[in-house]
Amino acid sequence: MNIETIESAALAAIAAAAHERALDDVRVRLLGKKGEITTLLKSLGKMSAAERPAAGARINAAKNNLQAAIEHRRQALGREQLQRDLAEQAVDVSLPGRQRAGGSLHPITQTLRRIERIFAAAGYGVESGPEIEDDYHNFEALNIPAHHPARAMHDTLYLQGGLQKGLLLRTHTSPVQVRVMEKTRPPIRIICPGRVYRKDDPDASHSPMFHQVEGLVVDEGIAFADLKGTVVDFVHKFFEKDLGVRFRPSYFPFTEPSAEVDVQCVHCFGQGCRACGHTGWSEVMGCGMVHPNVLTMAGVDAERFTGFAFGFGVDRFATLFFEIDDMRLLFENEQRFLKQFA
Amino acid sequence: MKFSERWLKQWVPVAASTEKLCEQLTNAGLETDGTSPVAPSSTGVVVAEVVGAKPHPNATHLSVCQVNAGTGVIDVVCGAPNVRQGMKAVLATVGAQLPNDVQTRRVELRGVASEGILCSAEELGLGNDASGILELDAEFAAAFGVASAALRPGADAHVALALDDVTIELDLTPNRGDCLGLRGLAREVGLQNRLPVTGPAIGPVPPATDTVFPVRVDSPAGCPRYLGRVIKGVDGSRPAPLWLRERLRRSGLRSIDPIVDVTNYVLLELGQPMHAFDCDALNGRIVVRNARPGEELAMLDGSRVTVDESTLLITDLSGPVAIAGVMGGERSGVGAATRNVFLECAFFSPLTVAATARRHAMHTDAAHRYERGVDYSLQAAAMERATALLLAIGGGRAGPVVEAVSAAHLPAQRKVALRKARLARLVGEVIPDADVERIFERLELAPVTEGTGDAKVWTTTPPSHRFDIEREEDLVEEVLRIHGYNAVPSRVPATELALGRASAGELAPVRVADLLVDLGYSEAVTYSFIDPKLADVLQPQSDPLRVLNPVSSEHAVMRTHLLPGLIGALRTNLSRQADRVRLFETGQCFASRSDEPNGIEQTVWCGGILYGPREAESWAHGATAVDFFDVKGDVERILALGGPAAEFVRAEDPALHPGQSAAVRMNGRSVGRLGRLHPEVEAALDLPSGVFMFELRMDALSPLRPRRHTTLSRYPAVRRDLALVVDRQIAAAHIEAIVRRVLGDIVTDFRLFDIYVGEGMEPNEKSVAVGVTLQHPERTLQDAEVGQHLDQALAALAAELGARLR
Repeated sequence: MNIETIESAALAAIAAAAHERALDDVRVRLLGKKGEITTLLKSLGKMSAAERPAAGARINAAKNNLQAAIEHRRQALGREQLQRDLAEQAVDVSLPGRQRAGGSLHPITQTLRRIERIFAAAGYGVESGPEIEDDYHNFEALNIPAHHPARAMHDTLYLQGGLQKGLLLRTHTSPVQVRVMEKTRPPIRIICPGRVYRKDDPDASHSPMFHQVEGLVVDEGIAFADLKGTVVDFVHKFFEKDLGVRFRPSYFPFTEPSAEVDVQCVHCFGQGCRACGHTGWSEVMGCGMVHPNVLTMAGVDAERFTGFAFGFGVDRFATLFFEIDDMRLLFENEQRFLKQFA
Repeated sequence: MKFSERWLKQWVPVAASTEKLCEQLTNAGLETDGTSPVAPSSTGVVVAEVVGAKPHPNATHLSVCQVNAGTGVIDVVCGAPNVRQGMKAVLATVGAQLPNDVQTRRVELRGVASEGILCSAEELGLGNDASGILELDAEFAAAFGVASAALRPGADAHVALALDDVTIELDLTPNRGDCLGLRGLAREVGLQNRLPVTGPAIGPVPPATDTVFPVRVDSPAGCPRYLGRVIKGVDGSRPAPLWLRERLRRSGLRSIDPIVDVTNYVLLELGQPMHAFDCDALNGRIVVRNARPGEELAMLDGSRVTVDESTLLITDLSGPVAIAGVMGGERSGVGAATRNVFLECAFFSPLTVAATARRHAMHTDAAHRYERGVDYSLQAAAMERATALLLAIGGGRAGPVVEAVSAAHLPAQRKVALRKARLARLVGEVIPDADVERIFERLELAPVTEGTGDAKVWTTTPPSHRFDIEREEDLVEEVLRIHGYNAVPSRVPATELALGRASAGELAPVRVADLLVDLGYSEAVTYSFIDPKLADVLQPQSDPLRVLNPVSSEHAVMRTHLLPGLIGALRTNLSRQADRVRLFETGQCFASRSDEPNGIEQTVWCGGILYGPREAESWAHGATAVDFFDVKGDVERILALGGPAAEFVRAEDPALHPGQSAAVRMNGRSVGRLGRLHPEVEAALDLPSGVFMFELRMDALSPLRPRRHTTLSRYPAVRRDLALVVDRQIAAAHIEAIVRRVLGDIVTDFRLFDIYVGEGMEPNEKSVAVGVTLQHPERTLQDAEVGQHLDQALAALAAELGARLR
């Protein structure tokens, strides 16, 4: 067979190779030890010296041509195989990812964290204290002596056998203020978050256990105007709305003057709705200037230093913020409820 | 405190609507709790004059009345004993709608047609008096400011009875005892509106008899002032007039009998509690003294009280007749048969009454006022007022007033000064002097000014009704209250910018909660008090702290652990069809510990509860149930945050499965536990099988381990895998501990990658496959060296655990 015939037949075979093994068979048939082209090359020795260069060149050219064709075909087959593999490996990208499902922080904790961030950013420290308190820190040191009618404002839960020692479940986080003032000198800027307890039957707006944040600032020259500004600023920062805030005279034995704080209803902006009992306002906080007796009992010079204190229910802020219409939901701990706040 | 709006407006002519008045009171610090109409709604009721009345021809107890109802005279059959010609009454005309769903129809009663109903107070919804028909009189009209034209026959009875009146309820703070009476309220409203206040004229009632009942006060500290007066010949069966009973009713008090009604009326009107004794039941004289041990007293409300020495009593020669300022005794109580009355009007010390009322849980209207303080100069006026009212109703002759007083024990009229500079410092702005002085004038504080400029001082003399004003801050509050809290500017405190702390050794408190949320737990908040029954099942040996007066028996003990609350939360979720539960809680737990403050250890714990499949159902994995190692893995993640190295050891815990639970220990101290609930506990609590839990003390996670860099080896690491056969009881953790101890820091990684028991193994043995990675910090380890190391480790494992290569 002459080289032209071999070459054209080989090219056709290369093009026809449907997969890599077939292509390899073609390569062996042509270029292997006993391959057609190899045989032709070996036959060169039998040729005359005159014929040899031209025939050699011709055969080598064909060999190179066929090698290139095989390589080209190999690459094409590789690409085709890759395409098939890719198609094979395709997944349904709409299936959900493999993961460990996340949980959720309780709305009260989320509320507390926001409150803490707001105050911490202004340099307030965050303090905590025992939930089982003694009578002195919960009442006496806050200017509420035994038999003071203000004690009736707190339906206190007492500890059995603790009555002599005056042990009780703290009715507010104000005792933490006292504990801080006893060991720290002004200036004092703290908030005291924590659980508090009252003998209240649970209903849509009451719980025998709830959470309070108490704030205290004691320094030289602290005035009622500072209290107002701080409370208003906090309300605006917390709700991220410039709600109206009003202060009403009230009475707490540990502050004088004392005020009750109303905030324009978060839902209706003061128009009146079900959430605010159609008053347009929600009562959210008690506050006032720290009573000199409280400062003096804690060892602070009440003539030199003045201070303000405020206290509010975290649960109340949480229900307002998250639009939760029944406080009992906060303590049922149903996962479906909790995951709404994830 | 409830009161009739009309009554208040008789005292002070304030024009504001009910709504505005309430708002004003609230803004003055007297918070309104609500309002309610003084009567339920009705229609078709008119004023009617009875122009004739004759007995019913066919019934003994009925009358046939000719009634002028403004549109002519009609016949009305009436069964009331008090119906008589000439009286003005309220007629429910045919078609009228009365309270309690009563509709008036034309009826025939024993052959006589009746064109309506002459109404009793009860039928109109004005209390429970159904003894006769309600009579409209001029006194009522005068008392309620009703014009005489409104009493013409045919006029709307709502107007005649002033039924547009409103009962307002105030939630008064304890410092405003002065507003527990109309007089004080009117004074407050008057000064807010700059209006004059006019009360009833009160003057001395001259004695018409010289009968006195002697009074002696042995405990002047508890009773600085005691006034007594005898009134003879009272008719206790004649009811108090409608106007008085209505004022009581519209202010939340029931009419009882004329004598009690009068004392209650004075209580409401002036804020002065009084007590009336049946003088004929009293023996010898009144002695006000502290109780003797074991003394007993039957009270007016039917209870029996044993008093102790701290209780102040009103006594006569036969024994106690009343607990001073709280409640009267049954023996000397007044009633319809009473003819001779001994009226008591006293000033008792607030603390004495408060202590007694609290000890005996007798929160009466009198005690409520005495413990907040009453005006100590008011008793004489109140006595005259009560006398005059009683004489007007029940007749009788008053004796002279007997007074026992100890000036030394009465509150002293004190002077309270306010420094101008202090006011400005506490308020944060300067309120003009003239404003301050005007406010003092309105408050009747009689200010005297000294000094000038910033050194100015106002010295006030608070009137006796403002006994709550004791010190400078009280004056600041009064000035601000009248000036208006909302008129004070707002500013935030200026301060030095001291920098904060960022301790590297402290675990951020939020870190554990964030980790658990990322691990799939939802945060629970459960009550700190739990059901003692639950505590008993879970911790039978423990003795939790008990609440003396719990909200309910299910909330009677303080939690010693978080588990009970978490079990409660799990139950809630199971009852609502949850099939997979992951909850955690962080909070204080409580235990008796004599070496802790107040004998109680209060520690913050973090705990979790797990139930159901390991992962939420998905195409990606099977539905394997959660097991011990899921919990342990989560606990290990928490422990990795900080604190000393922890070990997990088997421990007996009555709440947990003995084979699938562990105690977490740090430096030999137990800091937590984890595992599966004991099957008996699950059964006792009606829980499904397969509930897992963990609890850790949060303080165990501090301090954080110091983080320091050590140079990493650049030389190749060599890993060798070993299959070791050991006794099944050998804890796998020992193998790693021994290898690390023997080979030291050259071990850079240790993996326990397989546990095998079963075919080819002795029944008491297991195969443990481990991968040990060795790396030298300064050179490449040679094969021979690695072999020597492993031989060393194997020798130790063989010696200590009986381990051999498989």
